[in-house]
Amino acid sequence: MNAPVLPASLRDNPRPAQWIGFEAEGRVRLATGKVELGQGILTALVQIAAEELRVPPARFRTVSGETDAAPEEGFTAGSQSVEASGGAIRQVAAEVRARVLAAAALRLNCAPSALEVADGRIVQDGAPTALDYWTLADAVDLERPAEGTAALTPPEAFRYIGAALPRVDLPGKVFGGGFIHDRVPDRLLHARALHRPWPGAVLGALDEATLSRVAGGPVGLVRLGDFAAVTAETEALAGRAHEAAEARAAWSGGSPRAPVPSEPLALVGAEATERLLDIPGRATAAPAVARIAARYLRPYLAHGSIAPSVALALWEDGRLTVETHSQGVGNLRIALAQALGIGTEAIIVRHRPGAGCYGHNGADDVALDAALVARARPGRWVRAQFTRAQELSVVPFGSAMVVDLAAELDAAGRPVSWAMEVFSGTHGQRPGHNGRMNLLAAEALAGAEPTPPAPDVPDAAGFGGLRNAVALYDLPPQRIMHHLVARPRLRTSSMRGLGTHGNVFALESFIDELALRAGEDPLAYRLSLLSDPRARRVLEAVAEMSGWAGRPAGGDGVGWGIAFSRYKNRAAYLAAVVELVAEETIALRRVWCAVDAGLVINPDGAANQIEGGVIQAASWTVKEEVRVDADGSLPASWEAYPILTFPEVPEVFVRFVGSAGDPSLGLGEAAVGPTAAAIGNAVAHALGVRVREMPLTRERVAAALLG
Amino acid sequence: MSGTIGFTLNGRPVTVSARADDALLAVLRGTLGLMATRFGCGAEACGACMVLVDGVPTNSCTLEIARLAGRDVVTAEGLGTADAPHPVQAALLDEQAGQCGYCLSGIQIAAAALLARNPDPARAEVAEALAGNFCRCGAHNRIIRAVQRAGRMMRGATP
Repeated sequence: MNAPVLPASLRDNPRPAQWIGFEAEGRVRLATGKVELGQGILTALVQIAAEELRVPPARFRTVSGETDAAPEEGFTAGSQSVEASGGAIRQVAAEVRARVLAAAALRLNCAPSALEVADGRIVQDGAPTALDYWTLADAVDLERPAEGTAALTPPEAFRYIGAALPRVDLPGKVFGGGFIHDRVPDRLLHARALHRPWPGAVLGALDEATLSRVAGGPVGLVRLGDFAAVTAETEALAGRAHEAAEARAAWSGGSPRAPVPSEPLALVGAEATERLLDIPGRATAAPAVARIAARYLRPYLAHGSIAPSVALALWEDGRLTVETHSQGVGNLRIALAQALGIGTEAIIVRHRPGAGCYGHNGADDVALDAALVARARPGRWVRAQFTRAQELSVVPFGSAMVVDLAAELDAAGRPVSWAMEVFSGTHGQRPGHNGRMNLLAAEALAGAEPTPPAPDVPDAAGFGGLRNAVALYDLPPQRIMHHLVARPRLRTSSMRGLGTHGNVFALESFIDELALRAGEDPLAYRLSLLSDPRARRVLEAVAEMSGWAGRPAGGDGVGWGIAFSRYKNRAAYLAAVVELVAEETIALRRVWCAVDAGLVINPDGAANQIEGGVIQAASWTVKEEVRVDADGSLPASWEAYPILTFPEVPEVFVRFVGSAGDPSLGLGEAAVGPTAAAIGNAVAHALGVRVREMPLTRERVAAALLG
Repeated sequence: MSGTIGFTLNGRPVTVSARADDALLAVLRGTLGLMATRFGCGAEACGACMVLVDGVPTNSCTLEIARLAGRDVVTAEGLGTADAPHPVQAALLDEQAGQCGYCLSGIQIAAAALLARNPDPARAEVAEALAGNFCRCGAHNRIIRAVQRAGRMMRGATP
């Protein structure tokens, strides 16, 4: 018999005690390296542990993302948490139950098969015993590494997995408090940092006396190279001091930005690393009778979190403790150690909930701000917070992209050749990625080396700029050229879906263009090129849900569009239909999604993620764009970077069509590509002209209509 | 510039020492330790800091405390508690209407004000009433359903 293969997270953290513990008053500790970002992951993980341990969810206490108290599981990103942490927890919880039953069998002098667990109690042949997880805790060795041999609960016996368990963290957030922003340790010192307005900018002199006078109270200044932070005893004073410092900060040198006519097009022809991806495809003998090509653009996008990033730090006796809403506490710890020149063993990083996180936002940067100030003011907790302007303008952006597609077509309008070119900045500059710090303030410290061009997210992690560049259709060989732009004009990193938003917008718009050119229904055309049964099923399901067959004729301002992708080509399948009205502006009405995510742990939580992904992607697609202003500045307010508001939000309908017998597939980012493309296709259907540049604003729609 | 300002907060009289130009939000969080009212933008754009001032939803991030003398302020804490939730709070949980939850305090305030004048709002009316409240996670439709559900609860109808 082969040795069982442990889930990767369990292989990395093999001791059951790292995950599960039995605590006082009948509580169960569930520790995970994954963190709550508003996506409901802790609830789903509790459901999985509850299922295999046979303990109701209410008994659980979660420990999440703490470098001294939780397993290390890398970043909470890429729609992988249920697969990775959930897979490990399911296996380890089943094994803990088996070990406890074995210990109970020894005490009761019976076979383990005579025993089962109900609400944490040991039951023998259906009758309660005096034993439970807690009384047996000392008799079971949870330090011995997991073996991966315990049998998992079969789907037909599930009680908690697959149930719409309410979110464990939501009540705390509805009734106030619960966020890292709300933490107020004793003698807290408030800090606000100044960050360079452009790469390499040099900061002139600032002085405490002037700032104190203007702010109306005692203000401290921490100055390290071209990084500066003000400190004050109250948040209000820190805010006034920061305003005063911003107003007086004289920045010079470096590389100020100037506006360009098109940020995406500035990527084309820029210094880049080029790589060709050849994807095998079906052979075709049909002669080409036509060639069509199109270019699709996506702008730089901002995370636009509702809260400014916050971190707390305490420096005491050469040791640093940091509280953060980072997606990767272990990697942040490594990057902080590098930036501060200390060992990782001197640092503890603990996750605390922040506002919605959709990728590599400002959480890590502000953690270094707090740490730098804490080192300068040892013995006190320091709280650093970004301003709204910083939250929109200094955190990493999702990269702009240019996607060129070209196909030769046979007489039936089917592709006989296929070529794609993708121009993009990197989608992966997280702290600790590729051995780099990638922390904002680190680059401003005296003597810091300029950050060299970053590679992209590795192929094995699902690609960065090429994420979902490979079309899943039955196509001739796909020739895909990636131009990884070395120095994009803005600082770029991971944002929800990475390249999938630009690539699926392009691919699914292009497929739609081919269908229209062939005079065929866009759904039927897609199905004619699609043999994967799960892909076909989501398309057929969304057509049925939305009433696709009865959609209006188009051309009169009301449009329907359809699009499909399988996220990362290996996570959830999703097909979307969008209904909108395109007049002066685009008014989104309804969006339907059919999703195959295999076994869905929490259907309501999963639907919430799909709904949110649709709305966020809709906002990106019709409204959002980061541009360099005439004065060289980036958007600093919601006025300059508008997002979709309540009156503009479409209704969203979600249906899961997968099988509980199939493994769980990540779904948090599955909606963003198909939503964007379905909107583009619906605009084309409504107006008879196609807008290939996101966002699909009033100006671009008008320009397309004028031809 | 500092002085003493008295107003009604969540039904009780309070007196605070503050600079006249301190924002109500800073006083709520910094002086009074009430954390439900949240900082989002500091520019009255996003609604995370909304409170009721004399029953009217008002962004507190720029509202000078001196202007509140003698007035009636209600924060999300004043709407209800876990033990005695406001119908909007109960309905938000019933509908699981949130992801990160950061925007929900301000939304409770705007929704409570809407339902006080119109307990049976249509979808578009709820959306219009929440036009000044941003949600980045995309929980909008659940939030709209929750507000309508709260209205039904307040009218004594089946939720």
